[in-house]
Amino acid sequence: MSEWVQRLENPVSARLRDPATTGYAGLLLGAFAAFLGIPPIMARTFTWPIVVGILAVALGLWTATRGRRRLGYGAVASGLLGIALGALATRSGEGNLNLVFTASLIAQMFVFSTPLVFGAIGGMFSERSGVVNIGLEGMMLMGAFWGVYGADKGGNWVVGILVALLAGGLLAFVHAVFAIHLRADQIVGGTAVNFLALGITGYFFFQIYHGNYIPQGVSTIPDVKIPWIKHLHFFGPAIGDLNLMVWASFVLVIVSYIVVFKTPIGLRIRACGEHPRAADTVGINVYAIRYGAVILSGMLAALGGVYLTDGFGGGAFTDNITAGRGFIALAAMIFGNWRPFGAFGAALLFGFSTALAYRLPAYSASAATLFQALPYVLTLIAVAGVIGRTVPPAADGKPYRKQ
Amino acid sequence: VSVDPNVPPETPEEAAATGTLAASIALKQRAGGIIVPVLTALVAFLLGGVIVLATGHNPLLAYRDIFNGAGLNWIFHPTTDVASTAAYNLSQTLLQTTTLILTGLAVAFAFRCGMFNIGGQGQYFVGLYVANWLGYDFASMSPLPHILIAVGGATLAGAAWAGIAGFLKATVGAHEVISTIMLNWIAIWVGEWLFGDGGPLQNAANKTIPISNDVADSAKLPVFWGQQQLQGLHVGFFVALAALVVFWLILNRTTLGFEVRAVGFNPEAAAYGGINVKKNLVRAMAISGGFAGLAGALDMTGYLYHFGQSDIPVNNVGFLGIAVALLGRNTAVGTGLGALLFGALLYGTTHGLSSNVIAPDLAGNLTYMIQGLIVLFVGADVLILYVWNTRRRLRPKPVRV
Repeated sequence: MSEWVQRLENPVSARLRDPATTGYAGLLLGAFAAFLGIPPIMARTFTWPIVVGILAVALGLWTATRGRRRLGYGAVASGLLGIALGALATRSGEGNLNLVFTASLIAQMFVFSTPLVFGAIGGMFSERSGVVNIGLEGMMLMGAFWGVYGADKGGNWVVGILVALLAGGLLAFVHAVFAIHLRADQIVGGTAVNFLALGITGYFFFQIYHGNYIPQGVSTIPDVKIPWIKHLHFFGPAIGDLNLMVWASFVLVIVSYIVVFKTPIGLRIRACGEHPRAADTVGINVYAIRYGAVILSGMLAALGGVYLTDGFGGGAFTDNITAGRGFIALAAMIFGNWRPFGAFGAALLFGFSTALAYRLPAYSASAATLFQALPYVLTLIAVAGVIGRTVPPAADGKPYRKQ
Repeated sequence: VSVDPNVPPETPEEAAATGTLAASIALKQRAGGIIVPVLTALVAFLLGGVIVLATGHNPLLAYRDIFNGAGLNWIFHPTTDVASTAAYNLSQTLLQTTTLILTGLAVAFAFRCGMFNIGGQGQYFVGLYVANWLGYDFASMSPLPHILIAVGGATLAGAAWAGIAGFLKATVGAHEVISTIMLNWIAIWVGEWLFGDGGPLQNAANKTIPISNDVADSAKLPVFWGQQQLQGLHVGFFVALAALVVFWLILNRTTLGFEVRAVGFNPEAAAYGGINVKKNLVRAMAISGGFAGLAGALDMTGYLYHFGQSDIPVNNVGFLGIAVALLGRNTAVGTGLGALLFGALLYGTTHGLSSNVIAPDLAGNLTYMIQGLIVLFVGADVLILYVWNTRRRLRPKPVRV
């Protein structure tokens, strides 16, 4: 008898019937319903999006009636949205669809998501250790300017990256001193750091390069051309010719996951963010961990910045070039629930919506502009807990006082 | 440190132990009096001067030129004739001060309720948009009701925009800093859409330029110093001064203000005392947004008259409001003085500056740096506690009964 029960409750079937599994499957199916209408699949009748969408709705209802209401209704919403978007796509002209949804859209998604990935992973390290970092924007900006400066004066993009790391780390150090030792309010401190970076980069940009002058012939971060992928039908234009920093961002996500969740140092970082007193009691130096994490976050954000100017930007800098990307990175981190792969997924989503926004003028110029607000609306919805409640580290933002 | 909620905190450490942001802000309002903000500003100017010096300019001469650029040298030869450069520059500085008083109050009011409203910029923009729309429509109205509709509508729009963040905080606990940052960017892109090609507020005359219509003459505020064509100082200046008084009255002389401050100081104790905390969070945020929306309305009907896509990214009066409020310690008088300082910096380092010591592009960025340094130092509890404790050590110890 008991053997029978155990066999029935074997992990695979139990997992399949777990409301979490059906809920996430519903979410994915809803997204898939929307993708049915666009290349490379491009269904021309709206039967297919409707069938898949209804399946997503059904899975969502199943989930909602079995305890995971928030996730279930999320899947229902995803299914309905998928039906609407998919139907819309099947009604749209094939020419426009082929213009907007090409393989290079994938490449562009990575272009826009890479700075966000660096910023979001950086922010994750800082907040996992218990220091809120809304100064990411400023640290990214520092990396963007001083990276180009280093590449220009040092003659090599490697020097540029090193200088960017130094600049971002230095600004993060200022934030760390005020947040950790001086116990300033971390949000106020982060805001201050953003203003400071805006002033410093703008001042030295004008002082050194006299305003609008963009240094010519700067050594830029190279693209990685993969010969055997380059000639493939879809993958060639999608990932055959990406910048080195894009690949670095992929590596960073995996490495940071391992570091945060599988190593002793990651455990220490998380302990400082969840319960610093307990961490202190077992002999972890909370201040040292927090300094390290904040400085690391500044360096990573700066890498995102240097990609903007010396990678994708071809060595050009303008005042306030980050234009809020640090804040979207912060949003991606929250959206991804303070986890590397979650943050990566959110950054890809935001990158995709930005890349799409740049192509939507094929349909309507003004609608494309409005579409740029999408990441912010999504984040607002996410923090409102509609998609799933985000849970920050318990001691995030609280200064620690040694006893 | 144990805290008895019935006894007002005696020492800064006790006050800080209550843990809320407003509690620590309330502490800073007492700690060190006016000395701390003045010291903060001096240190910020000093550090800014070091950078100016390091890049090969004379900081003293640079600050003198900024001082003159802001028209503050007007006190040496006062005249109301705007043909005088000093008088004209001063009127422009006061124009910026008008805006900054209100965006400063938008930050200060939320702070007193324990919230950090970083979304003044978005609320200001929403006020600008609505004032432009209402000011352009209803063109056949007589001036007074038209102005009231445009300004009132914009104020309500700013209040509603901030109210979203307050509502999200009260209902699902979404942190107001994140939601107001997001609302800022949504407001920015909505503006790009409104004034852009084919947008609803794009001007009727030339569909290739992404700029709005001018507001109708009936919606323009009267100018009392200078000329309307030359961007004179409008009566909105007095509205801003009145807002300072209203801010003080609401907080210190009404039940609403008492509840707001109680929630800001300690939400649990306020709830225990029968105050509806959630209602107060939404209400305080909405009033904050109303101040910022009013700032946008007065700018639109007072001197801008129109707004375009390219004006959006360079406008930062909402963010400057943060520094104004923090430097002014979230009090009415402090915010007024902080607004004057930053109004002078804003105008004196850009349009007003004529200098062969420092270029306006450098000086404008110097303003950002000084702003950043001021916010950085104002937020540092420990530095302020140090000043406070030094003062206490110098005084004879009070006898506790």
